[in-house]
Amino acid sequence: MRRFADLHLKPHIEDTDQVEKLIKKASELGYRMVAMSLPIAIKQARISHLRKICWDEKVDFVTRVNLAPGTAKELLRDLRRFRRSFEIISVICHSKPVARQAAKDRRVDLLTFPATGIRKRLFDRAEAELASHALSRLEIEMAPLLSLNGFSRIRLLSSLRKEFVIAKKFGVPVVLSSGATDEYLMRGPREYAALAGLFDVASSAALDALSDGPFSLVERNREKLSPGYVAPGIRVVKEGGCCPKV
Amino acid sequence: MPKGVRRRYLALKLVSAHFVNQEDVMNAVWEAVVRLFGEYGASKADLALIKRIPEGDYMVMRCSHSTLEMVKTSIASVTEIGGSPAVVHILRVSGTLKALLKKLQL
Repeated sequence: MRRFADLHLKPHIEDTDQVEKLIKKASELGYRMVAMSLPIAIKQARISHLRKICWDEKVDFVTRVNLAPGTAKELLRDLRRFRRSFEIISVICHSKPVARQAAKDRRVDLLTFPATGIRKRLFDRAEAELASHALSRLEIEMAPLLSLNGFSRIRLLSSLRKEFVIAKKFGVPVVLSSGATDEYLMRGPREYAALAGLFDVASSAALDALSDGPFSLVERNREKLSPGYVAPGIRVVKEGGCCPKV
Repeated sequence: MPKGVRRRYLALKLVSAHFVNQEDVMNAVWEAVVRLFGEYGASKADLALIKRIPEGDYMVMRCSHSTLEMVKTSIASVTEIGGSPAVVHILRVSGTLKALLKKLQL
């Protein structure tokens, strides 16, 4: 049986009621993993509290931070500071230099582009080529598809259609997430798969983008953040005097 | 002998902060179909509300087999019913009403 993940819930973290509602709703809709965008200065106690709420609802909690740097230099500084503090790093690309740097940096997990403003959808062939050599994935948020209407939604659908084709061509994995700020913007995985049909994504590909993709991303990052990790495939299994000296 | 019209039955759950009547729900779904797929698409959908079960706000809707994906997409895109925020979740889809009710145990 497939497990599903929603890697982007956007509640007001201070509003415990809203956070609980969203987590409960995610659990009801069949998600087994959720990630919330957290403020950079969040305290460990608050993260533990969120983890406990998720645990009660039988949902795995993933920490995530959204970086929205103004320049590529700022992005590099932020990545140095926060990479080891959060399980998922997403970069909201408002400019081309930031988008290019984010695409080629192996510390970036998700590339996100603003839903409004056609000129800010910077995922083109060059971006996809860079992303295909790194580890970043294209994130598509579904909430704007529900909240926008008229020409804004038409333009967004057109951009998403092009981006999905480019991502597929260059082998860049795509992750679908809700981007929901309240429970009325949350949908079940199969409903998102149906909505993804609006930008010509096959149902099976959409379900993969809600299950296998997010789970493999989180598993990889958790392994990297674990204390014994050295490099891909190499980890410390034993330390101390029992090891023979070379 | 021509084969009968193939249909699909959808079990839906309505989530809304306020009470909404079934006409409002149908209007919202029709509007969503027309908005996303136009009048031509809507004309092929053969949408009808079959049943409403007030306990738990469940509904059963019918559509033609060929437009199932279109109807599912439209239902998922509903964000407002009768002026208040609402969601219609698709619980199950079946080829016959009997099988659907059996699956739902209603």
